Amino acid sequence: METPEQIQARLAARFPAAAVTLVPNPAPAGMAALLVDAAHARQIAFFLREDPELKLDYCSNATGIDWPEKEIVETTRSTLADPAGGPPRTIEQKTKRIQPGYLEVVYHLYSMARKHGPVILRVRTGNRTDQVTLPSLTPVWRSCEFQEREIYDLFGITFEGHPDLRRLLMWDEFTGHPMRKDYVEPDDYEWEPTPHEEVLEKAKRHYAAPEKEGTP
Amino acid sequence: MIMPDAARPETPAPSPVPAPGPSDAERDELRRHGILLTSIHELANWGRSHSVWPLQFGLACCAIEMIAASMARFDIARFGSEVFRPSPRQADLLIVSGTVTKKMAPQVIRLWNQMPEPKYCIAMGACAISGGPFKQGYNVLKGIDRFIPVDVYIPGCPPRPEALLHGLMELQDQIRAGRTAASRPTVKAAQASGDYPVPDFGPEDLEPPANPAIWQPPALVRPDKP
Repeated sequence: METPEQIQARLAARFPAAAVTLVPNPAPAGMAALLVDAAHARQIAFFLREDPELKLDYCSNATGIDWPEKEIVETTRSTLADPAGGPPRTIEQKTKRIQPGYLEVVYHLYSMARKHGPVILRVRTGNRTDQVTLPSLTPVWRSCEFQEREIYDLFGITFEGHPDLRRLLMWDEFTGHPMRKDYVEPDDYEWEPTPHEEVLEKAKRHYAAPEKEGTP
Repeated sequence: MIMPDAARPETPAPSPVPAPGPSDAERDELRRHGILLTSIHELANWGRSHSVWPLQFGLACCAIEMIAASMARFDIARFGSEVFRPSPRQADLLIVSGTVTKKMAPQVIRLWNQMPEPKYCIAMGACAISGGPFKQGYNVLKGIDRFIPVDVYIPGCPPRPEALLHGLMELQDQIRAGRTAASRPTVKAAQASGDYPVPDFGPEDLEPPANPAIWQPPALVRPDKP
């Protein structure tokens, strides 16, 4: 099978307007992912499915990832020559920048016809609040239907062109998207016999510390 | 410390009227001499206890153990419970075998409402008892006894088929002694008012999250400060 770099080069030649980048994977498997922009995602997906070399006709898995807003501190060092003739001083400058958050959908593609795979496809939303619409790839791979419903349910990504976009796991009246990093679950703590870790924190919030013996 | 059901303040039971017949000890003595004294009530309970038909209803991995219990190796047929009924109208026993998600809870309660009296409930496994490992989550009911009166709790994750058989034998003992959940005063009152209420889906949780008529949150009693 072609390497992700080769696929990326072919996609770039075929779709000059599309932004296709490689996302390296530091894990031992080292399987780099193809990050495509939302506007061209479905075109590219159709191409990957129909291309005689790749023939990626099976999407085994579609899942969501929440990337919250991240503060990145960058340190720049500059050396300053001492006018008195001493050793040069090193000055560290720290700059903070906020990397905006986004939601991401990951598709794992295999080829039944050619018996190869996986090719990993990623699509990202504009942000985590109002630009959360992505094109659905269910018209390309039928197996995405339930998995995209699950992503819609748990991450809140709206899939345009999905034939039946409803919540899958939670009930329809449910509000919120539980797999998002900033989801706050309802506080329905009950007494626990052996609370520990997060449950201990909850227990402390619900029951004040017992009065110590001997204190007035 | 959780206060047991019996310790909760309730309306006092009517003072026991002295039974006109012989006592249990006397009847045991008579049985030793080959004379069997019984009542229609006892006979009916004895019959019921040996033909408890469970509902064919599985929720999670505990259901696999329930199926194993019904197969030849463990053979639940030895206790007269091999007839797993596909319809709640024909079932006596609801084995809540597994995790009850909040989305599934109304359906479980509806099935319970559709079962004819007398009916019994076994909460099988940690999830059905308390929510188990998912108790602190947002999507799992913290025990089916919030909505349904439970006769026997079988701990385990999942319980072995032997544990289910033991639970069934406990239930049979309770049926024979007339001590099932339906005989609790709170449950009697709830049953008298008709069907058990089926909760609605709210924006975050079931509404109401429990049936206060049959379940109250555990009272925290500190042993040093009674």
